[in-house]
Amino acid sequence: MDYIFLQQYWWFIVSLLGGLLVFLMFVQGANAMIFSVGKTEEERSMAVNSTGRKWEFTFTALVTFGGAFFASFPLFYSTSFGGAYWLWILILVSFVFQAVSYEFQTKPGNLLGRNTFRIFLVINGCLGPFLIGAAVATFFTGSDFTVDKDAIGNGVAPVISSWGNGWHGLDALANPWNIVLGLAVMFLAQVLGLLYMTGNIDDDTLRERMRKRLWASSAFFLVFFVAFLVHIMTCPGYAASQDGTTVMEPFKYWHNLTGMPAVMAVFAAGVLAVLYGIARTLACGKYRRGIWWAGAGTVLAVVSLFLIAGYNGTAYYPSTADIQSSLTIFNSSSSPFTLEVMTYVSFIIPFVLAYIAYAWRAMDRRPITREEIGSTDDKY
Amino acid sequence: MTEAALIDWSRAQFALTACYHWLFVPLTLGLAVIMAVMETVYVVRKDEFWKSAARFWQKIFGINFAVGIATGIILEFEFGTNWSNYSWFVGDIFGAPLAIEGILAFFMEATFVAVMFFGWDKVGRRFHLASTWLTGIGATISALWILVANGWMQHPVGMEFNPDTVRHEMVDFWAVVSNPVAVTKFFHSVLSGWMTGAVFVIGVSCWYLMRGREQRFAKASIRVASVVGIAGTVAVMFTGDRSGIHVAEYQPMKLAAAEGLMEGGTRAPFSLVPGIEIPGMLSILATHDIDGYVPGINDLLDGYTAPDGTAGLSAEAKKERGDLALNAFKVYRENRDTDPEAAAAARKVLEENVEYFGYGYIRDREELVPPVWLVYWPFRLMVGLGCFLLLLMSAVLWLEYRGKIERFRWLHAVALCSIPLVYIAGQCGWIVAEVGRQPWAIQDLLPVSAAVSSLSTGSVITTFCIFVAVFTLFLAIEIRIMIRAIRKGPEAVPAENPSAGPETGRTLTSGQD
Repeated sequence: MDYIFLQQYWWFIVSLLGGLLVFLMFVQGANAMIFSVGKTEEERSMAVNSTGRKWEFTFTALVTFGGAFFASFPLFYSTSFGGAYWLWILILVSFVFQAVSYEFQTKPGNLLGRNTFRIFLVINGCLGPFLIGAAVATFFTGSDFTVDKDAIGNGVAPVISSWGNGWHGLDALANPWNIVLGLAVMFLAQVLGLLYMTGNIDDDTLRERMRKRLWASSAFFLVFFVAFLVHIMTCPGYAASQDGTTVMEPFKYWHNLTGMPAVMAVFAAGVLAVLYGIARTLACGKYRRGIWWAGAGTVLAVVSLFLIAGYNGTAYYPSTADIQSSLTIFNSSSSPFTLEVMTYVSFIIPFVLAYIAYAWRAMDRRPITREEIGSTDDKY
Repeated sequence: MTEAALIDWSRAQFALTACYHWLFVPLTLGLAVIMAVMETVYVVRKDEFWKSAARFWQKIFGINFAVGIATGIILEFEFGTNWSNYSWFVGDIFGAPLAIEGILAFFMEATFVAVMFFGWDKVGRRFHLASTWLTGIGATISALWILVANGWMQHPVGMEFNPDTVRHEMVDFWAVVSNPVAVTKFFHSVLSGWMTGAVFVIGVSCWYLMRGREQRFAKASIRVASVVGIAGTVAVMFTGDRSGIHVAEYQPMKLAAAEGLMEGGTRAPFSLVPGIEIPGMLSILATHDIDGYVPGINDLLDGYTAPDGTAGLSAEAKKERGDLALNAFKVYRENRDTDPEAAAAARKVLEENVEYFGYGYIRDREELVPPVWLVYWPFRLMVGLGCFLLLLMSAVLWLEYRGKIERFRWLHAVALCSIPLVYIAGQCGWIVAEVGRQPWAIQDLLPVSAAVSSLSTGSVITTFCIFVAVFTLFLAIEIRIMIRAIRKGPEAVPAENPSAGPETGRTLTSGQD
């Protein structure tokens, strides 16, 4: 297999995992609203147990997104994780608290009490998507780092990737556009969370309440998403030229969109599917499949955004400190051999998706009801 | 200049995460087998008792599993956050097993663990049983890939250094996967998890026997657990022996440190504790030959020639070759675009000395010696505890088989007190493996000082403190919740008499609080 093909293929796989991760953050979005959607303990228990049977998927998607990025583009892994240290640590810590909060919240002897663990879920529910959105926004807005591979020959200070400031990632929050995408992802997660619970919980009171919430969450999401979209379509971007150097190009991301009509079509389809899922749920009180439209749409839209950031000769992790340090899928990837091995491994992904779908269907055949939560022992 | 304090704190943070992670993982691996065997018995015999037993251990499994996940995600990302140079330098090899772990193992665990916990009323018996097994298999596959990655750091194989991309690149995937160190490590670690699970289950069951509660459940659990545990321990001993041979061959300094062996030789003695030695035993363990030569710490630093003629370079000679490699790398990089001849010459020198590349970063020969006491004592503790636990499990199984286990109250207490011991043994094993290989992040190729991220020491101290606080809190909560769950005991088994109605399933048996 040709090296350029492999690099493009792996950028696609990373994008796909990114898209699945954003979709699966419906878990976070739903958690952010435990207290506002559920007014009574019974209702909160229904909300928690609804996403509580799915949270491992989101967590695994995050870990696998990291692992696949490491295997295919190790220079990103070393530069971004080691550089934007605090940003990633905050993301991880918020997910770490989430990991134990489901299991511990209702167990006797849990030391902190039920509500503390639910507050951890709310914090992760807001902070997780927000920070991941802000981190992904730096794929367009750039970060303050330099890469010098010659440094490894320096026996005293051999570090290749250095961050330009002492904030180590928190500087991403100083750029308003990173915040805008962060908020867009946070509200998108809430939209998806509401749509998921609408399908997964069979209860008229909750459904009505969630439908009201959906108006506000969708409106906020659209405002921030459109703002970010307009910004990147009009701002200059980091273009990787033929000779391996990176140059600024006006309207770069707009050019990427128009230069790759297939991506544009997928992006448009994704956005429309999200809007359709939201609109139909808002319009029809009985409609319960909005999550599938909006979820699939989210995956398509996020994948296209990643492709716009990395394909068509674009630096996907631009450096504002030294433009020539910017990472492209060509200068940051693994060797052809490793990418080829990993490509064979990636052929099992459809199989993995298939058994996930099978188990998911088996578990969600019947939606959660007050009766089930009241009688079963198999719950959080 | 990379500060010494930064390296130490980065190591401390990684060690902290790894140690905490290894408090939760072995129980996951061991309980997975035990509860899956119990559920299998339930599905085969359709006896509700076994369902209740499996469900009880699954509940304990769940409490433990969550914290294992929480510590695991930090561990995976710390390669990037704290060891960024490492991540580029060998990411081409090291990243692959981590990604495969995610795709192959984590999704399997994530999918089927949810079916296991919440699917009792939602899926059929066989699908549920398959899910329980697949959860454990997923955890085991995950261990396989992370230990392939770890084994590669201890004994790097299947790669070539590429000075144009400034990294090692994989050339033979099969060599990485079938790395003898990785294979041994996989079985050694996973089966030590079986030991942990078994000793835990036996200890808890003996507590019930002490209290005169849950007799049938306790004895059944003891029987399953001790068979799993004894099988695990025997295999752990066998793979431990293989491990000794590998260490002697690939990481002789680790072996010398583990033995506190300053001056080596043939017929090297094995030190039981300082002052008590078994003559010739170390040679047998390390080479399977009583006349085998085992170099000591000073031999490895000063250079040696074994009786069969194989020579070991001195620290200075290795350092010289490391400097040659590092210098040739610089010359190559400077000339590769301008002077192809000079570049080709430099590349040749680099290729000849690349196996000593990491020594170019070593300032002082003393850096090459790991802290001896921190390898010597954990090793003894691990082996000693392993032998004791084998004895304990054999005794417990024998007495249970003879139907006398209830009478040996002192043994119940010993078994209960052995739960912390199996954890100490596991921790000691990792301390031997990881402290013993210092200063190397990758054996001979990259010392920790050149692997670390460029961060302020203050940042790493802060995250270290955050992790200490968070993980300790989680551990404390986990232990409290487990104790409560154990006190409550397994769910009552529905009465055999069908006329008693379904509600009896929820009533408590006598003797439960």
